[in-house]
Amino acid sequence: MQRLLLVSVFVIATCGLIYELIAGTLASYLLGDSITQFSTIIGTYLFAMGIGSWASAKVDKNLLAFFVRIEILVGLVGGSSAAILFLLFDQVASFRFLLYFIVTVIGILVGIEIPILLRILKDRYEFKDLVSRVFTFDYIGALFASILFPLVLVPHLGLIRSSFMFGIFNVMVALWLLYSIKEPLPWARLHKIAAGIVMIILTLGFISSDKISSLAESNSFAGHVIFAKSTPYQRIVITRQQSDIRLYLNSNLQFSSQDEYRYHEALVHPVMSALQAPRNILIIGGGDGLALREILKYPSVAHVTLVDLDPAMTKLFSSSPMLRKLNQDSLHSPKLKVINADAFMWLKHLGANRPIFDAIFIDLPDPSNFSIGKLYSTAFYGLLHTVMGPDSLAVIQSTSPLVARKSFWCVNNTLRASGFQTSPYHALVPAFGDWGYVIASNRPYTVPTRYPAGLRFIDADTARDMFSFPPDMGPIATKIQRLDDQALIHYFDEEWSKYLIY
Amino acid sequence: MKPTRRQLLYGSGSAAIGMAAISPFVWDAIKPQKPIPGGIVGANSARGHRLRDGAFPAPIDSGKHDVIIVGSGIAGLSAAYHLDKAGIRDIRVLELEDHAGGNAHSGKNDVSTYPWGAHYVPLLSSESGHIKDLFRDFGIITGEADGLPVYNEDYILNDPDERLFLDGRWQEGLLPTLGVSAEDQAQYKRFLAQMESFKVKRGDDGRRWFAIPIDESSTDTDARALDRLTMKDWMLAAGYTSEPLHGFVNYGCRDDFGVRHDEISAYAGIHYFAGRDGKAANTKPDSVITWPEGNGFLAHKLAEPMAGRILPNALVYNINDTGAGVVVDYWDGQVSRRLTARAVVIATPRFIAGRLVPPLKSPDFTYAPWVVANLTLNRLPGGAGADLAWDNVIKDSPALGYVVATHQVPQMQPLRTVITYYWPLTHLSPAEARKEAIARTYEDWQKLFLSELYRVHPELVGHVAHMDVWLWGHAMIRPMPGFIWGEAREGALKQAPPIFTAHSDMSGISIFEEAYTHGLKASQAVKAFLA
Ligand SMILES: Cc1cc2nc3c(=O)[nH]c(=O)nc-3n(C[C@H](O)[C@H](O)[C@H](O)COP(=O)(O)OP(=O)(O)OC[C@H]3O[C@@H](n4cnc5c(N)ncnc54)[C@H](O)[C@@H]3O)c2cc1C
Repeated sequence: MQRLLLVSVFVIATCGLIYELIAGTLASYLLGDSITQFSTIIGTYLFAMGIGSWASAKVDKNLLAFFVRIEILVGLVGGSSAAILFLLFDQVASFRFLLYFIVTVIGILVGIEIPILLRILKDRYEFKDLVSRVFTFDYIGALFASILFPLVLVPHLGLIRSSFMFGIFNVMVALWLLYSIKEPLPWARLHKIAAGIVMIILTLGFISSDKISSLAESNSFAGHVIFAKSTPYQRIVITRQQSDIRLYLNSNLQFSSQDEYRYHEALVHPVMSALQAPRNILIIGGGDGLALREILKYPSVAHVTLVDLDPAMTKLFSSSPMLRKLNQDSLHSPKLKVINADAFMWLKHLGANRPIFDAIFIDLPDPSNFSIGKLYSTAFYGLLHTVMGPDSLAVIQSTSPLVARKSFWCVNNTLRASGFQTSPYHALVPAFGDWGYVIASNRPYTVPTRYPAGLRFIDADTARDMFSFPPDMGPIATKIQRLDDQALIHYFDEEWSKYLIY
Repeated sequence: MKPTRRQLLYGSGSAAIGMAAISPFVWDAIKPQKPIPGGIVGANSARGHRLRDGAFPAPIDSGKHDVIIVGSGIAGLSAAYHLDKAGIRDIRVLELEDHAGGNAHSGKNDVSTYPWGAHYVPLLSSESGHIKDLFRDFGIITGEADGLPVYNEDYILNDPDERLFLDGRWQEGLLPTLGVSAEDQAQYKRFLAQMESFKVKRGDDGRRWFAIPIDESSTDTDARALDRLTMKDWMLAAGYTSEPLHGFVNYGCRDDFGVRHDEISAYAGIHYFAGRDGKAANTKPDSVITWPEGNGFLAHKLAEPMAGRILPNALVYNINDTGAGVVVDYWDGQVSRRLTARAVVIATPRFIAGRLVPPLKSPDFTYAPWVVANLTLNRLPGGAGADLAWDNVIKDSPALGYVVATHQVPQMQPLRTVITYYWPLTHLSPAEARKEAIARTYEDWQKLFLSELYRVHPELVGHVAHMDVWLWGHAMIRPMPGFIWGEAREGALKQAPPIFTAHSDMSGISIFEEAYTHGLKASQAVKAFLA
């Protein structure tokens, strides 16, 4: 019995510290500014423990039963704390209040544990032994927790699952006591039922941690999620915060309505204005209709073919009133033909009667994995040749030359290796950063000096400046992106992982 | 490194502790599972065994041809292809199965074509110039640049080529990198460097120590001495003690030969790493050539011009040189028939050749049994750590892992695919393993493969639409110590007109180049004999 209680000290000490670490990590993660978050969480937690210790004196009878109840409660609240905080991060008006409230509750409960245990054990040990043993186990548990947390729990289990797991440990202490104690406990059956129920809740939580995580994931977006859909190809999420509408594909930001005009004007006009009366246009990707909106500003355009893999994208952007306003209903243009197909396969199997496009816009997600990387390869650019005439121009969005300099120049160099002349440029799009594009052509390209009226970002001066690169983003030699050796994917991964923490 | 949001939320995924691994799929895992449709297909062992056990009825009719080829594996098809090219057109190829191809057979469903056995060929080695013509013929080599062949980009293996599953995560490449010691790393480096040096090592006769085809290798006694010990013993003697390195080499030996590294000849083991010295103008030297249907592509191309002259479902049970032509009797499932020819090429494995022509018998030819399963999936396999690759290897698994049929399709994200699971049965002696395997039902195999698959890919529970299993009882010749440079094989290389032999097992290593070369050589010998 004594030994059992001392083991409980170890377990509850570990659990107690883990909850504190989880709350601190979570707060600094969700709210940023880790020094402030950690110190206020620790402060609050310790202060709440103080309240708990003080309150423990108010309990006089049935200490053991009381201790069991506390364990069940700590297990329930502490165990589910990470899940609750993650899930409610974006749903409650004052997340901070919720955070400190939960931390305080856990702190109070944990604060009660040790004094009550000391009193339970007081008749079984001499005072000096008692204090020495209990605190020895307490501190060992703390050390154990502090090592376990960064080395095992965060990297391998994640916060949500860890917190459920330690909740389960707390309840196990309660159950252990309930079943191993010989002396009669009032309401033993009720205690057992309560512990059982909490155990089931925590176990279910533990098992479903990944589901909870993915639910919580939508909360990682700035603003409220107003649309979310998993298609066979990707997860589409649209958020809104005041007037800012954002599109995320697989959690990667695709545009912010605040500054997308910069991105899309820079993508479209340097090519379109350089052509004489472009008629036949191809867009690859770009199912949001925003590049198309810019293209339709040229009256010479007769046909636009838009090839986007995911029908859900083109459907969404041609049906939602809010998004139709954003793309000025471009997807309903009679000049448009939408083809929902894989661009590589579509180009490859076009057959003998290949159309020639005057301008091609490649507005694909960044080359972050080997699947999308195929559309940045020499093989794909080789296919582009087959649908381009001597005067045709193609432009490729090519990630940020500032953050991912090698990746950007790898796209440029791959186009060159595929037999194109290239004209790289970049524009500042605040939601993304300093963003890069590459124009591919068969003849030398000259930056146009005249643009359609009414553009907000591009004019002759801006356009000219876009084509010069400061030294920190200037050209470098890179490997070539080939299907059998996707160098770009490694560059991209290496460069962005240094930069992004998400 | 800062933890990413995903890591913080989910952990790294090695939460394989207890239920955690299946957590998001608990319902999928516990809900009653519908059995997955499919069955044991192929390799007509019942008919094959008739050859061992049975009497056959007397032939009901007879025919006459210039050359009969027994077996339509790569060696038989190669012999036919070259005889045909040389103007000897009156040929029949008799094949026990209902299709040509042998170990290079492939299948097809509404999702993809897929291999049943052989699935790739490395870039042609410096001794394989004679195969270049074929590759040009088939559009595999499209030209030359800087003195090197240009391979068709569609067939060059796409990146990522391979990934390894260990400790609950995938990593790129097959040598374990996570959690290995500096000593391991040093041994990897030394081992790979030594293999590179073996690649270019030549004997006094100017030939490479490890050539493809193997009979182009140097006769250097130091090289041949490597054939007298096992790969594992050689490694230990050379100071390679690293456990993950041994695991990697053992994987390589099981993958290429179906033999563990503690059994296989060190010469064969090293040959796997050092034989392939091919280069191309347009891809890296260690690249390989592959197709969704694997080497079925080559088998089909070789068989195409022979259409009408390959007789399927023809089990040859008797070959007899009468002095006035060679008599070949076969059973077509209902009746026996007889063909007579001026020359015969036996392109079956040697243990079968020995049953047909007793002097060809040799107990030194032993074979590794394999099981291959093709699984049609309604979603792509996932996995944390590294993207889905062509070859997906599971560390320390009895099965090797799986190859993805749609990998060469440039489509960004196929929604469905077929994966081919390879399993060399090396846990028992070949005879015992064969016996155990034959006794298993489709349901047994399904359980074995699925538990293996779901352990690594819990997300695939409920997404396996179809599964077929193929048992290769005698899949590959086993290059045990002493076999490659021993007497049995030397004897097997001698031709005894008018009955010729051609099969990869005459090389002691079972690869396309060897089978093809034996077919080519047999065709030349037949041609000389007929003329
Ligand atoms: C699972 C597996 C994976 C492999 N992977 C590769 C790989 O990736 N790359 C590679 O290069 N090699 C691989 N191989 C090796 C492969 O065996 C060779 O590449 C090559 O296909 C062998 O051809 P073969 O003609 O020598 O023999 P086989 O393919 O064995 O041909 C013999 C033929 O004879 C027929 N036959 C037998 N008995 C009779 C009879 N009595 N009457 C009529 N016909 C008969 C058989 O049905 C068969 O068609 C693999 C083999 C297996 C089993």
